[in-house]
Amino acid sequence: MNIEPVISVRDLRVWYGTERGPVRAVDGVSFDVRPGETLGLVGESGCGKSTLGRGVLGLLPTGSAADGSVRFKDRELVGMRQQEMRTMLGAEMGLIFQEPMTRLNPLMRISEHFAETLRAHEPGISGKEIDVRSIDTLRRMGIPPTRYRHYPHEFSGGMRQRIMIALALVLRPAFVVADEPTTALDVLVEAQILSILHDLKRNFDTALLLITHNLGIVAEACERVAVMYAGRIVEVGGARRVFSEPAHPYTRELLRSTISLSTTALHYIPGAPPDLVEPPSGCRFHPRCPDAMQVCPRIDPVEVRTSTGERVECWLHGPAELIPPGGTAPLQRQELASADEA
Amino acid sequence: MPTKLEISDDARPLGERPVLLDVQDLRVHFALRGGFFDRLLGRSSGSVKAVDGVSFVLRKGEVIGLVGESGSGKTTTARALLGLAPISGGSVRFDAGPELGGEVDLTKLREREFRALRRKIQLVFQDPHASLNPAMDIETAVAHPLKIHKVTNNRDEIAARVRDALERVGLAPVDRYLHKYPADLSGGQKQRAVLARAIMLDPALLVADEPVSMLDMSVRAKILGLMLELKRDLGLTYLYVTHDLATAKFFCDTIAIMYLGRIVEIGPAEQIYADPKHPYTRSLLAAIPEPDPRRAGPRNLPRGEVPDAAWPPLGCSFHPRCPAAFGPCGWEARDLTALLEQRWTGVSEQQYEQERGIVGEPTALDDAGLVARLPDVRAGSGAAAALLDDVRADDPEEPFWKGVSSMETASEGVRIAFNEPVDPTLLTHGQVKVACHLHDPRFVQPEA
Repeated sequence: MNIEPVISVRDLRVWYGTERGPVRAVDGVSFDVRPGETLGLVGESGCGKSTLGRGVLGLLPTGSAADGSVRFKDRELVGMRQQEMRTMLGAEMGLIFQEPMTRLNPLMRISEHFAETLRAHEPGISGKEIDVRSIDTLRRMGIPPTRYRHYPHEFSGGMRQRIMIALALVLRPAFVVADEPTTALDVLVEAQILSILHDLKRNFDTALLLITHNLGIVAEACERVAVMYAGRIVEVGGARRVFSEPAHPYTRELLRSTISLSTTALHYIPGAPPDLVEPPSGCRFHPRCPDAMQVCPRIDPVEVRTSTGERVECWLHGPAELIPPGGTAPLQRQELASADEA
Repeated sequence: MPTKLEISDDARPLGERPVLLDVQDLRVHFALRGGFFDRLLGRSSGSVKAVDGVSFVLRKGEVIGLVGESGSGKTTTARALLGLAPISGGSVRFDAGPELGGEVDLTKLREREFRALRRKIQLVFQDPHASLNPAMDIETAVAHPLKIHKVTNNRDEIAARVRDALERVGLAPVDRYLHKYPADLSGGQKQRAVLARAIMLDPALLVADEPVSMLDMSVRAKILGLMLELKRDLGLTYLYVTHDLATAKFFCDTIAIMYLGRIVEIGPAEQIYADPKHPYTRSLLAAIPEPDPRRAGPRNLPRGEVPDAAWPPLGCSFHPRCPAAFGPCGWEARDLTALLEQRWTGVSEQQYEQERGIVGEPTALDDAGLVARLPDVRAGSGAAAALLDDVRADDPEEPFWKGVSSMETASEGVRIAFNEPVDPTLLTHGQVKVACHLHDPRFVQPEA
């Protein structure tokens, strides 16, 4: 892959201040997304997926801080002034939210939503140009031009999500974050939206970061997948490889607990993601990991890279020379306090 | 193909167990409020048939899944059983057990009489956060049903029963949870507390409306496993409402697929999964995301979404979305509008402007019923007929054309007549019943 990434994240950290101390929601995360590529970001609730998605776009609430580097088209976003950031949001980087119902103004026609968006970023744009560009984007999302001047309530939930996606894409951003875009939708509509996201690269050449807790969705829509656990990305790789031969035990257990038609038995990961104020020592997954070894709670795992640019952070994959003698013996797992059960 | 975990205390086959709930021809119709003048003149403005003739039988220890999309009437059906939606017709016979008077028809009960029965039928909602009072700690919340139904005043007994229920649902050690508030718990823990509250009164039937849809994938399996455990230990019977056939597969003995207020396919779960008959069931199965990129890929998904129940399509309600629809399915003028709109999402701006110029505002077709008139704005030019020929040539396989009985071109435009619509009814095929003309020997000869 020689194409220059659109967005390059290096060692990004995001903290929230709480009464009990800082929550390290994102703790040293690195990844790239290239033009026309969809990277799926998966993990359980509370692993920092949404914080990462918003952190990359600089959309963090007050009381939080970010550190590290996010490079977008040769510009550094971490530490960029609010004002400068605002001109880039929407125009160059977009966000698709979870609930389409609550994001459209019920008193504004769809055409007015588009006009507002386009005028905010391109002040001199003509009315004719607004119509042409909006209708063209809507058409690619499967919304007929006859519905252009309708109000949000005249559309179904799936149509509204298509309109939200069109609104994010009408400015032709190079990078879009979609945060659980189908969670509130029915299965059939979810599948329709996924096929639209799947076609994004053909139609728009947009780089997409798709955040979801459903591995089935990643398999449908993404080329690459990043698995996040307790604030860190524990495995990154091509979707085909990750799903057929997961390298990290967390990825494997997450896959096994996904309920699909080919599932033959209910399976789940015992316990719940840890409290990020005081995460477990060493590998953060070790208390729940069926393959945990003596070394896992003692030393932080080291990132292992393959020649194809895939990465995994797990002592099972070495490097062997860093594991102290006897470190590979299985860890006597403590009985999980059922109180930690989700 | 294993479809569910085999844990049951009742060794008898399902068909021989006693009936707990017998729903026959259940209807829930909501009157539409018309405009001011309609009301002034006492004109009726029709009704929304949210549930329109639903029948099923639920035996003790059985799990039935009501499956469909939003707007299919599955939740309204569940709510009607509990007296939470106004029942317009039909009967719901429920075996309340000896101490509450045996078999009763829930539709005939007055509010007062119903209240005593509610302890036997409990409800679990989709959103555990919204079902718990944020100002009540877990102990108070779980003990609340005992108070409401005046079961006991004995503090020790209440405390013991709360502990027992919390332990059953896995909120242990109990002391850590008794005085927590809903906001302190995760989604899965909240749903466990809701389940604890639901089993407090020793119910016979648990109606679970999407109990795991708002939970994380990894927590869904835990809650479903817990519900199966509770069913085995407490002899529960479940009505499971969901849009997700993947979770239903593990959970249900019987599956009823609903679409726009009616059951379109019902039968034993293993048969529904092995050989889905209704095109809608097939679509629902095809839409489930598969966590295996080798199997994922383009699928034949139905277009559009569930139509407005205030104005349901003629014939089979699913026909506008159905990839296999044909002549008798109920084609009508509205479908031509949809076909043109669909076409216009795929053509250039110029072509759209030009074609729109030929036919004018397409919503004008909306009221025409079984006859559609596609007007020629420039009379006598034949442009409307040419447009229809174009549309047909672009996709000759489009099911719409199978519903057209005649097309006449006149100077003012084209008159399109459609076949007489036929309402599909549930027909028996072995143990499965399906409402689809594809399985009706009147229209399609059964395959040899």
